[in-house]
Amino acid sequence: MSSPERARDFGFGADEEMLRDVATRLLDEHLPVEKLRRLVASDPEAAYERGERPPWDEGLWKRMVELGWPALAVPPEHGGHGFKLAGIAALMEQVGRHAVPSPFVASSNATLVLREAEGACASAWLSRIADGLATSLAITDAEGSWEPDDCGVTARETPEGLVLSGAAHFVQDAFKVDAFTTTARCGDALRLCVVPRDAAGLELHQDHIHDLTRDQATLRFHEVRVPARDVVDADAAAILRRAWPGLLVVVAADLCGSSEWQLQATVRYAQERVQFERPIGFFQAVKHPLVDAMVAIDRGRALVYAAAAAIDAGADDALRLARMAKSAASDAGAFVSDRSVQLHGGVGFTWEFDVHLFFKRSLHNQALYGDGVHQRRKLADLLIGPLAGGPAAESRGE
Amino acid sequence: MTVDTPSREAQEFREYVRRWLAENRPPAPPVRLPITPIEVMSDAQRDYLQDWQRRCYEAGLVGADIPTAYGGGGHTGFQRIANQEMGRAAVPFLINLVGLSMAVPTLLVHGSEEQKCRFIPGALRGDEIWCQGFSEPGAGSDMANQQTLAVRDGDDWVVNGHKVWTSLGHFAKWMILLARTSRHHKYDGLSYFVCPIEGHPGVTVRPLIKLTGERGFNEVLFEDVRIPDALRLGEVGQGWKVAMTTLTYERGAGEGAGGGGGARPIDPLIRLARESRRDGVRAADDPVTRDAIVRLAIVAEGLGQAARLARVPALNPVPMRIPLQQKLVSSELAQQVARLGVEIAGARSSLYKLDPAAPDAGHWPLAYMNSFGATIAAGANEIQRNILGERVLGLAKSK
Repeated sequence: MSSPERARDFGFGADEEMLRDVATRLLDEHLPVEKLRRLVASDPEAAYERGERPPWDEGLWKRMVELGWPALAVPPEHGGHGFKLAGIAALMEQVGRHAVPSPFVASSNATLVLREAEGACASAWLSRIADGLATSLAITDAEGSWEPDDCGVTARETPEGLVLSGAAHFVQDAFKVDAFTTTARCGDALRLCVVPRDAAGLELHQDHIHDLTRDQATLRFHEVRVPARDVVDADAAAILRRAWPGLLVVVAADLCGSSEWQLQATVRYAQERVQFERPIGFFQAVKHPLVDAMVAIDRGRALVYAAAAAIDAGADDALRLARMAKSAASDAGAFVSDRSVQLHGGVGFTWEFDVHLFFKRSLHNQALYGDGVHQRRKLADLLIGPLAGGPAAESRGE
Repeated sequence: MTVDTPSREAQEFREYVRRWLAENRPPAPPVRLPITPIEVMSDAQRDYLQDWQRRCYEAGLVGADIPTAYGGGGHTGFQRIANQEMGRAAVPFLINLVGLSMAVPTLLVHGSEEQKCRFIPGALRGDEIWCQGFSEPGAGSDMANQQTLAVRDGDDWVVNGHKVWTSLGHFAKWMILLARTSRHHKYDGLSYFVCPIEGHPGVTVRPLIKLTGERGFNEVLFEDVRIPDALRLGEVGQGWKVAMTTLTYERGAGEGAGGGGGARPIDPLIRLARESRRDGVRAADDPVTRDAIVRLAIVAEGLGQAARLARVPALNPVPMRIPLQQKLVSSELAQQVARLGVEIAGARSSLYKLDPAAPDAGHWPLAYMNSFGATIAAGANEIQRNILGERVLGLAKSK
């Protein structure tokens, strides 16, 4: 066990603070909530009845690239900044707080996976990411399993590389990225490769989803040829397991950010809305749940930074803390989402008010990489020991 | 990878504390100890615990961060280490709870030089046990509604009134006392005193019996009790402000400047689940029980990490937001842990501590019932939620 004094400040220093503050200013200026609503929620029929491609602000993404955000998680030897996850988590909080439609979250997660891989393929793609290329993970099967081994894509090995068939599901922001970081089953092994979005034989089917701030797709691979230079020469399951704590932290941080927006918006409403001659925040039936939401959010945030610091330090409890963070952030997200609609009353139930934008992003995030129940099932194996007669538990180390 | 390494002194101190605790674990107590200082009833328990606190103090585990001028170790950040290690080593608690976590921090902020020199060393050694005189029959959640009256008479104050829920009052040498010195102002009419208790003329301490049947707290009656003005803390009429300092520490926001606290609450629950069978299956193999345990493990870890987060200014735009949550969260966590222990123990949770078949010597049901002490005391949690909603979130005041 690592000693409790380590990284007292979670490694959150002046650089991290500056990055976060620049991000906050940029997003406050370029994506205030009124603008977000106009961008993604102008017409419910376009989103839901006609299932049109979810709109997003590509110009804002270009600004994020200019500011070097995609390069943050890329190690310096591949042209990136090798920034601490503690700083990236703070950025993700702001991204969640503004519910930014962009490939940034998805691509950061793919980056965290690729940086756990070694060799020429990972190096080449990490360099491209540092230059602004976006990639998303295609690692999930039709059932939405979060076990690395449950993979709907199979690979055939040829002298030139791999040939992929099958399908990857629940691929995040697929229509905003340039390439997919894909796992494929190849005999007994799980392989990792990167497939450009325009690869021959790759078909993208847009999923019809609730979250207006994202897109999602099913990828169908029809004998897609992946040259050897785009295939990682290592066990993909081990790579995913090493990267997993980071993915959980990124999504949990986004959740904490959107939860904080929901809390503050609902507090403002409770200060302004008058019933029975008093602002409704006077009533303890309104006040106390808002306090409980705050407590839940802060638990999630504290665990997010603890997990980020553990990952940055290479500590052996990173996975435990990251699963706790995702569980706490998911449950906080569920609770504050629920209260944000209820306490806004009738207007919270309308399309016109903003709360539904964050409600849906939160619901989506709660499920990604495993909700609270999923995390706690895994944590029980770590803390209490594997369930008698249950499947083998993941180990503490990887 | 960079890690903020603890200073070498801090690391050495931790190793020293760990070694000292391993080598100086006290002998088994002559009588069974209660769960917290609040339930200490007999003189034998008190003597045993006072002796233990004295040894811890002499070894430097108590008062580590208190200036040497007042009998402390003069360090910074060492007390948390000592607390963590005492919690980890599961040694007996420090009996002088009110002295260490309320009186000493309040004295450090508001006491005169003379008061600090007089009172702090004895509180740290545990020779002088302290109690708290804030609550009254008519001043619970509405704490400023104090009716105990202190009237100036020359160099003395003459006190008449009635305090309740006075933990450790039956052993106490001193009380931190909030009393009304003016009837004209509710908040500005209060003053704060150190009041002698044991053997002091006019003071009567009577035991109150808790719902568990245990003693440990009391009511204290004041009939023409004389206190010299030299025992006043802060200015006349500033007692509310001084009391807020005490409450900040009592509610955990100040993190126990003196010492005490800090065990890992989930480990005993996991042990219980491993050895309890429910309908032929180990409780530790029941998925619902596992989920319930892990939920609380996350709250426990979150509580500690939130305290850590609260010390990073750049991540805390509202500085008191997390510190004001700690009493609420820790008391409800303790209650839920105890409650879950009762559930896991199943039918065996019906057994009182003197029944030899009671699991963990009857700890769980008693801990559950006693847990309401913390959810009610120091401002009931409903009041804590009001404070957080009003002071941190800025919602309309409920009063």
